Amino acid sequence: MPSFEPIVGRYISMVVAGDTMRIYVEEAGSGIPLVCLHTAGSDSRQFRHLMTDPSITDHYRVLAFDMPWHGKSNPPIGWREIEYKLTTGLYKETVVAFCQVMELNQPVIMGCSMGGRIVLHLALEYPDDYRAVIALEGADRLEPYYDTEWLHRPDVNGGEVAAGFVSGQIAPQSPSEYRWETLWAYMQGGPGVFKGDLYFYWVDGHFDDRSVQIDTTRCPVYLLSGEYDSSCTPERTRDTAERIKGSKAVVMKGMGHFPMSENPALFREHILPVLKEIGVNN
Amino acid sequence: MIEKLADYVNNNHALVRQGRFINYSILVGVGETDFIIRIDGGRVTGVRHRQLNIDSGRFAIRAPTEIWEEFWRPMPKRGHHDLFSMMAAGLAQIDGDLLPFMQNLQYFKDLLGALRPASIGN
Repeated sequence: MPSFEPIVGRYISMVVAGDTMRIYVEEAGSGIPLVCLHTAGSDSRQFRHLMTDPSITDHYRVLAFDMPWHGKSNPPIGWREIEYKLTTGLYKETVVAFCQVMELNQPVIMGCSMGGRIVLHLALEYPDDYRAVIALEGADRLEPYYDTEWLHRPDVNGGEVAAGFVSGQIAPQSPSEYRWETLWAYMQGGPGVFKGDLYFYWVDGHFDDRSVQIDTTRCPVYLLSGEYDSSCTPERTRDTAERIKGSKAVVMKGMGHFPMSENPALFREHILPVLKEIGVNN
Repeated sequence: MIEKLADYVNNNHALVRQGRFINYSILVGVGETDFIIRIDGGRVTGVRHRQLNIDSGRFAIRAPTEIWEEFWRPMPKRGHHDLFSMMAAGLAQIDGDLLPFMQNLQYFKDLLGALRPASIGN
């Protein structure tokens, strides 16, 4: 009998903004649904370690899908006529559509980076639809520190420059194996996709003026950020936590911007208590 | 320290291969001292003090001496561990023609990081 990993990958179709999207989803485990949202310019592979950890999969049904345009999910038909640009509205609609088509009942939503940012929007707008939200490297206000035009032009290799941009977001302590696996996924992104994601992350997704309205008694909010994250810095995480009353924030020492994929062993120490608390409270 | 750059880079075959299309000079400012670093086929073929005001490179990366010293420590503090992180934190700056820099971004990060004992990420 081959010794397969417990992760199962499948395809499902769902309608987003009037387009039927063919979506790739991986899952493992059973229990409370835990939907995982990958970072800008990458895909669901980032969550593979959570899906092979019995301490998690014994209690949670862990699901991670590739956003449209990412990984093994298709872009919409006619994509050549479109400049991909992820907006707050489109992102929210995509996550809501996924939870509906998968018939998930009150899932926990955990996202990283842009995913960590959208879960805060979801907590604000649909607090009763989610058991809790976990924002990894997610803040309500960020400042760009590079020009995204470099990410999509014919005289610069898009995959290599994307990986080069984010390589410094990985903590120096993180194991080399996982550093380069994380960057490999960045090298494989479609043309202009990382740039299009950053439109949400750096331009359209600010809501520090409204995050104060999030009601954590209806939807608990957890913020976990890495010490070495240069975009969602510990300071921005703490600022966000101060605005979201009742949220719980942790700065993960020796961690960067990709906790679940860059240092799975260290991330486990931080995420297990959070998942346990959510499980107990529900 | 940067004077020894060739020793660290040229023995790193993967790094030299990564930079095999690079044949030009760059300027690296360490505090008040500017260095012209010549690269040929990914190999560092010269590191010298800037002699004339018209000496230059395709682009210039500058940071205070103490910032570079922290960058070259085995385990740098946050914000000091990567060129882009240094720029994000306002600790370093880049000027000049950014196209060759972006075309070889990881190479240049690793080139300057090569002076760090047990370089990160190898």
